[in-house]
Amino acid sequence: MANHSFPWLSLLALGAAHGINPAMGWLFAVARGLQRRDRRELWRALGPLAVGHAVAIAVAVAAALALGEVLPVRWLRWVVAATLVAVGVAGLTRHRHVSLGGMRVGARELATWSFLVASVHGAGLMVLPFVLGRGAATPAGLRHHHDAAVMIAGAAHFDSLGVTAPLIHTLGYLAVTATIAVVVYEKVGLRILRRAWINVNVLWAASLIAAGVLTALL
Amino acid sequence: MARMLPDPTFYPSAKLASEAPAESLAYVALLTPGENGKRDALGVVDTDPASADYGRLVGKLELPNGGNELHHFGWNACSSHLCAYAANPHVERRYLVLPGTHSSRIHVVDTMPDPRRPKLTKVIEGSEVLAKTGYAAPHTVHCGPDGIYINALGGEDGDGPGGIFMLDHETFELRGKWEASRGPQYLAYDFWWHLGHDVMITSEWGTPNMVSSGVNPELLLAGKYGNSLHVWDLRRKVHLQRLELGAEQQMVLELRPAHDPRRSYGFVGVVLSLKDLSSSIWMWLHNESTGKWETRKVIEIPAEPADPADLPPLLQGFKAVPPLVTDINLSLDDRFLYVSCWGTGELRQYDVSDPLQPTLTAVLPIGGIVRRTPHPKSPGRPLNGGPQMVEISRDGRRVYLTNALYTPWDAQFYPDGIRGWMAKVDVGPTGGMGFDPQFLVEFEEGLRPHQVRLQGGDASSDSFCYAE
Repeated sequence: MANHSFPWLSLLALGAAHGINPAMGWLFAVARGLQRRDRRELWRALGPLAVGHAVAIAVAVAAALALGEVLPVRWLRWVVAATLVAVGVAGLTRHRHVSLGGMRVGARELATWSFLVASVHGAGLMVLPFVLGRGAATPAGLRHHHDAAVMIAGAAHFDSLGVTAPLIHTLGYLAVTATIAVVVYEKVGLRILRRAWINVNVLWAASLIAAGVLTALL
Repeated sequence: MARMLPDPTFYPSAKLASEAPAESLAYVALLTPGENGKRDALGVVDTDPASADYGRLVGKLELPNGGNELHHFGWNACSSHLCAYAANPHVERRYLVLPGTHSSRIHVVDTMPDPRRPKLTKVIEGSEVLAKTGYAAPHTVHCGPDGIYINALGGEDGDGPGGIFMLDHETFELRGKWEASRGPQYLAYDFWWHLGHDVMITSEWGTPNMVSSGVNPELLLAGKYGNSLHVWDLRRKVHLQRLELGAEQQMVLELRPAHDPRRSYGFVGVVLSLKDLSSSIWMWLHNESTGKWETRKVIEIPAEPADPADLPPLLQGFKAVPPLVTDINLSLDDRFLYVSCWGTGELRQYDVSDPLQPTLTAVLPIGGIVRRTPHPKSPGRPLNGGPQMVEISRDGRRVYLTNALYTPWDAQFYPDGIRGWMAKVDVGPTGGMGFDPQFLVEFEEGLRPHQVRLQGGDASSDSFCYAE
């Protein structure tokens, strides 16, 4: 694999972008710290949040990989593009709710919550264009050959990406989540929510749609 | 419409909410006593002292019908939408949801773009409520983190069990029954929660059949009205514990959990003790060592001896006027508990900084079955009804009172017919209180005021997921 074309910076940035959103985890960590007056509760929340987020990304990549086993990459590209656009459009029309209905959840439920929140926002889907781009870029020279050859070459690259992409993405997510949670808990306070909790739903939905369109075109 | 920043009336904590600006409008449920040819309404009262219309009814939205028996209405969304686990902060606090306990209708009213001219946007008929939730006689509305929670006194045919159902806060479609497992719970009245502990508390009055013709002396003397609290797992929607207050305690009504989500206690008012007609306030609390919830009686308010000639027929045999505590409210700093004695006609203020040892800090008389105390704005004129619904501003400096309770009870305890009024009380920074002599809203004959909601939120509209 040629390192210079591996999209690790994009994946890190995407993860970081998710980490900024209060609804994706850091606020939950702060809430748990505040409720118990114990900063260790905040730190303890970070692991499950990261695991859930990573699994969400990995599931999306694994699903694409599995589809890649039976579909030509070209078709897979269309499926991913259509799904991105569909989730983006749905996000424009209605805000999606994920609720486990409470705050006193265990580590596994917290991870589940993180997984669900990331999934309904299409966080994993958003990673797919990068993975696909990478998976299909290398065998570009084989494009004129038989579909099966493309599939096999692509799948080999998906394998390594299937593991590294979620990890790198989650690293970006975790770094930002931890930083904001600690700064808000220790210094800033939750008053900031009133001024800084910008509604990113529309922006995010638009990004999903744009990513879908680009995936289809490229 | 989704906002770019959180609704400015949403606050992460009760502490931050108490810094909110003073309310400039109050919304008041105005109900016809039964079907009197008038229609129920949502009144808008100007509460801005700088306004020329201060202390006046400046708007009135008439609903399609009368006789709904409007009770505890609430907002579509509030500060609980900032909760991390179900974050939805960009929705607007905009719609008021008004349930009719008698008709089972649910009205959705839009307070925008002109908050003085609210508009009706949706009516859900009682038949639909029953079909989709199994419940009838909806009573109280609370904006939860993940939707609107409404409770109901009963089900089909006016029997129990009463319970809770949910309404979507964006589409206003019914989502169905809330409980996954109700255990021994059968009677219902009020509900609220401890968001920091994932716990819901519910109280007990009676089924629609037990209450819709007023206090039934046979049921009362047999102790058939509710005498318990119920503790629920808010997340799993299952019943956890029944807390019986004693066989002589009848009608366990308003629940006021501490606003600070770290705290796991609250207060509930009991209307009547069969022993001596006293009312009482109980505290519920979580015992950390046993993991169980417990109750303690923390306030008892005795009945007052009275000349039977001054009493309605129901009370003549007792030669006493009961306090009839029918609403209580807790300031956002969890410091002052206000108690409405609708029978004797006084508003009491207790300092509950130490919740196990409340201290009475002030008493304000107004109205009352026997006393009929006038308001300072019109000192010579006796008032009927008594302080009933009590609502506190977010900063705790103003308290609003209305005087009508529940049409069948109004007729039993104030048989001369309640003339509706709304008064405002000013509270000192460290307690104490007095009537604002300028503020007495008197409503037209045949339209009685009940629940008050303050624009932007008040001490019983919002719940918080963060302590700071």
